[in-house]
Amino acid sequence: MADLLFIAVTAITVGGAVLALESTEMVYAAVALAGSLFGIAAFFFLLNAPYVAVFQITVYVGAVAVLILFTVMLVRQEKWMKEATYSLARLFGILAAAAIAATFALSFAASRLYDLPAQQNTPTFFEIGQLISTNLSPILLVLALVLAASVLGAITLAKVEREEH
Amino acid sequence: MNTLADFTFVSTLLFAIGIYGLIVKKNALRLLFAVEIMINAANLNFIAFNTFLWPNAVGQTFVLFSIALAAAEASVILAIVVVAYRLHKDVDVSELKTLGG
Repeated sequence: MADLLFIAVTAITVGGAVLALESTEMVYAAVALAGSLFGIAAFFFLLNAPYVAVFQITVYVGAVAVLILFTVMLVRQEKWMKEATYSLARLFGILAAAAIAATFALSFAASRLYDLPAQQNTPTFFEIGQLISTNLSPILLVLALVLAASVLGAITLAKVEREEH
Repeated sequence: MNTLADFTFVSTLLFAIGIYGLIVKKNALRLLFAVEIMINAANLNFIAFNTFLWPNAVGQTFVLFSIALAAAEASVILAIVVVAYRLHKDVDVSELKTLGG
């Protein structure tokens, strides 16, 4: 049985996700998405993964959400306030989402994994840092290269070409 | 006490919301929101199964890498959105026909 804190975090996360997709004002939608990402970080705290939670707050709420917010302010238009969603498309979307949710929920409910008790031994910061800097260091290097390439690509894409006179 | 089923239920709900957004929305920024929500649902599932079944540092590190990759992906998508806005004055994906080549 879920406790009160879990229900509150669930409300923030799912409510933020719904608002991010359905709010007519795009800036509010971006802020709601940041709230939803923050709720995910709270889930990580509930799951005894504080390192991942702090990383989630730093990268998502700190960097990605602010990046999205600035892009929204850059490209926002008045006509988005009354963007028309075709009711047929909406019906189809709700049906597809409900079908996928039902499939996953039923298959999870049928499994016997849930009878297992929660584990107590949780990895420490030291273990995670040791793993990243020793065994998984090649992955870290490749990831750094991917990040550098994506940032360089983003700068190249968004660069304004100087007009020749 | 929370069980594994509670966390997977929330994750399934978030994933379904993301699917709904991907199907219904036409605005490129909304599509990015939907993809981010789905990535976070997957990360939540990873950490939940890691904590309940086999708590070790490898599972958490996997999610760290996943978060970093998602950040890189978001930066590239936002650059494409800015370029599309500069070219078409709109980010409606049903209008962006020139991307098809």
